[in-house]
Amino acid sequence: MSAVTARSTTPQSATTPSTTTRRRPPRLRTVVLTAVGWLVALMFLAPYLQMLLTALKPTPELMKSPPSYLPSRWEWSNFADVWSLKDPPVSDALWFSLYVAGMSTLLTLAVGLPAAYYTARHRFRGRGAFLLLVLVTQMFAPTALLVGIYREMVSLDLTDTAEGLILVNAAFNLPFCIWILNAYFASIPKELEEAAYMDGAGRLGAMVRITLPLALPGVVTALVYTFIGAWNEYVVALTITSSGDRTTLTKAIPGFVTAYQEQWQYLFATSLIAIVPVVVLFVFVERYLISGLTAGGIK
Amino acid sequence: MAPARGSRHAGNSLRLRALEPLLWLGPALALILGVVIWPVVEMVRTSLMDISSTGVTRGFAGGANYAELFAEPDLPGVVLRTLVWVVGVVTATITVSLALAQLLNSRFPGRRMVRWALIVPWAASVLMTALTWRWMLNNFYGVVNRVLMDVGILDKPVNWLAHPAQAFAWMMAVAVFVSLPFTAFVILSGLGTIPAEVYEAARLDGAGPARTYLSVTLPLLRPSLLVAAIINVINVFNSFPVIWAMTRGGPGFATDTTTTYMYKLAFDNQAVGESAAMAVVNFALILLVVLVYLRVVRRREEIG
Repeated sequence: MSAVTARSTTPQSATTPSTTTRRRPPRLRTVVLTAVGWLVALMFLAPYLQMLLTALKPTPELMKSPPSYLPSRWEWSNFADVWSLKDPPVSDALWFSLYVAGMSTLLTLAVGLPAAYYTARHRFRGRGAFLLLVLVTQMFAPTALLVGIYREMVSLDLTDTAEGLILVNAAFNLPFCIWILNAYFASIPKELEEAAYMDGAGRLGAMVRITLPLALPGVVTALVYTFIGAWNEYVVALTITSSGDRTTLTKAIPGFVTAYQEQWQYLFATSLIAIVPVVVLFVFVERYLISGLTAGGIK
Repeated sequence: MAPARGSRHAGNSLRLRALEPLLWLGPALALILGVVIWPVVEMVRTSLMDISSTGVTRGFAGGANYAELFAEPDLPGVVLRTLVWVVGVVTATITVSLALAQLLNSRFPGRRMVRWALIVPWAASVLMTALTWRWMLNNFYGVVNRVLMDVGILDKPVNWLAHPAQAFAWMMAVAVFVSLPFTAFVILSGLGTIPAEVYEAARLDGAGPARTYLSVTLPLLRPSLLVAAIINVINVFNSFPVIWAMTRGGPGFATDTTTTYMYKLAFDNQAVGESAAMAVVNFALILLVVLVYLRVVRRREEIG
């Protein structure tokens, strides 16, 4: 057997840290910590606040030097205007991104779930080799393999297609999904499933009705992570797609600032439309992510 | 994968059983081999081929692409910058993350909100974050110059991204900014695994906070730090959107790393073979880091 075995601890165990101070903390300490904490939060949010403030400025005000901190008039209509733009085509790009990210996620789960389940439940020849392959490929990024990906897509005639992007996104997110799902399946006692099987639920029934619901946090994490990864993906889309109607939102956004136009207010309005939903999704899965991303490297 | 080893006594059902894993793992295996491993092979093959600027393969080139790459006058600068980029960004990220994790591990009102704020640069597209920084650093319209002038540090605006050294320093700062959340959360989860009794024992031994941190916390964080460092080295090395959004590696190749340089060779200069050679060199370096990673992870597994 290989040393690369599935984590048998629940991934949650490594999340919420417990505070260890026993003594009643002095008031001053709490005050200082709070001040520093909020300052840090502000620093991390600052670029996105700047995004929002710029997105709300009226067009002429963008070219004011030195710039104003706040918009003189809050132009909320910028957020409505972006939808009808044709260069870049924001609404088309949004739908295309949804399609690519959605299909990538479905494909990843469709092939990842059975693989993760089987490797967690069965010992067989080649299991160690398979998990090693997953562990190694989790460290590969499309950026490093760009030339190879491009050449492959050319020879498969998949450049400038949604399918090409879906395949790449699904494949490169698959290792992470297999790891995290494997850990979840392994943490669910086999006996629960056996019991349901004995009660006549059938192998598949037992898996779908008992194991899958218990592994739901892992499934949701894998799903959200793949979706966000595909949603934010830039370099592959930049390289293998070229048509206007096959442009993801991330690839479309730099198109607001070119030699022909500089529309930072629309660039940032569109960016926020792309960012806000994924941040909300991310907040829900953050505590499950670390164990999967570090591939069991830390307990 | 292991197909059935043809044993004479094995019945049909046994042979089928041996093929069962393939049924469950087959699709995943096909996707990984077809879309992750194939490009690796294709990349190595391309680096050994003579390919015209229009993409026509003219035959085997031997080491010609590599020779051409190593003769590029810009290459030494690019390699040196990549080294500064990776070492600088990862060191700064880990150092700041240690402090951030400590902060997030202590109790104070609004801690949950601070954690949420930290998630934003992690979840948001790196490209969009980098574009914001480019706008904020704009010579005339950027808020960075405005702030620095308002507090009296500058008396006239600076065109930050026009000068290679300044631009590169800012891009490193942005790369640190987007790497911090993940790293801080990894270290935070490492802090969560340190049992309270250890701290209690240190306190009874009369160790002060600094002493406790140096001789208890840091050594126990070693596994988390190691994993965080390795994953960061790979991510930072591959970082493309930060540089692409802010300077495109320009002026010329003055702010390129080997990653953006590889992209420019293939898609700006149409030198596909030479770009593949650069990619193979990059990939070999990453593979080396992955091997170190495997050793670290496996050692943990054996202990655990």
